[in-house]
Amino acid sequence: MTATTPIIPASLFHAWSAILAVAALAIAGEVLIAGAMRRLGDLDLLRDRPGIRGYLGPTRAVLSSPLFLAGALCMALNFFAMLYTLSIVDLSLAAPATASLTFIGNAAAAKIFLRENVDRRRWLAALFVCLGVILLAH
Amino acid sequence: MKHTLTPQRYLILLAVMLTASVGDTLLSRGMAQVGPVDFHHLDRLWHALFNPFVASGIILLIGFFASYMTALSWADLTFVMPATAFGYVVVALLSRFWLHEHLSIYRWTGIVLIVCAVGFVAGGPSRTEHPSRHPDLDLMDSGAGR
Repeated sequence: MTATTPIIPASLFHAWSAILAVAALAIAGEVLIAGAMRRLGDLDLLRDRPGIRGYLGPTRAVLSSPLFLAGALCMALNFFAMLYTLSIVDLSLAAPATASLTFIGNAAAAKIFLRENVDRRRWLAALFVCLGVILLAH
Repeated sequence: MKHTLTPQRYLILLAVMLTASVGDTLLSRGMAQVGPVDFHHLDRLWHALFNPFVASGIILLIGFFASYMTALSWADLTFVMPATAFGYVVVALLSRFWLHEHLSIYRWTGIVLIVCAVGFVAGGPSRTEHPSRHPDLDLMDSGAGR
């Protein structure tokens, strides 16, 4: 038995359900956080005084945004879901699979929910990143 | 509205690219020194915080989160995403030129694909502008209607 062998052998359905859940939580988290930051606008404009104390305003605005808090909760759940996934799936499959699904899913979710202009150039970039991550895992 | 990024914003994107990957590498190096942590030795996690590599890794990851959020406040998620993916390239290049590990042809191809993806997105606008619901008010704000 090697060090990367999962502790519990999982069925194919079980393994891919866990991977999809990790990717879905990451997409939800990123889109919610991006939505929160879009609503707040340029954080530099929220700085009300010079120096390091000027960062208090933007920090307070971010931490009091419900969308940001919901996104952070999804990211925390994503972390624990990833830990569970790593206990049933090899890291060499889980890491590139969740990363590439998250990149493609983010592009689709950004177009649908954030109404971003995901043109051919951005779709191609998401696809290239997806393939690149899979190749880097080899 | 023009979408040209100021040098300061390019620096923020550079921070997004570098801090996550270098932070992860430092954490990995530090935890290798601390040793394996299990349920019977959870106190090692506390001691790990005082390891210089782990402490610097945590500071860099806090820096990553701050710069990532700042970038999302003026750029689209689909614009910032390839920049975060560039972190994988940084880790691969660090392992090749700093740790002298061998990179296979697959990994070099992966690096080229991610670099191309960053190039595609960087050539376009950073932010999608939605049509205003009150174009007349925007015109008055800009002073063009006076």
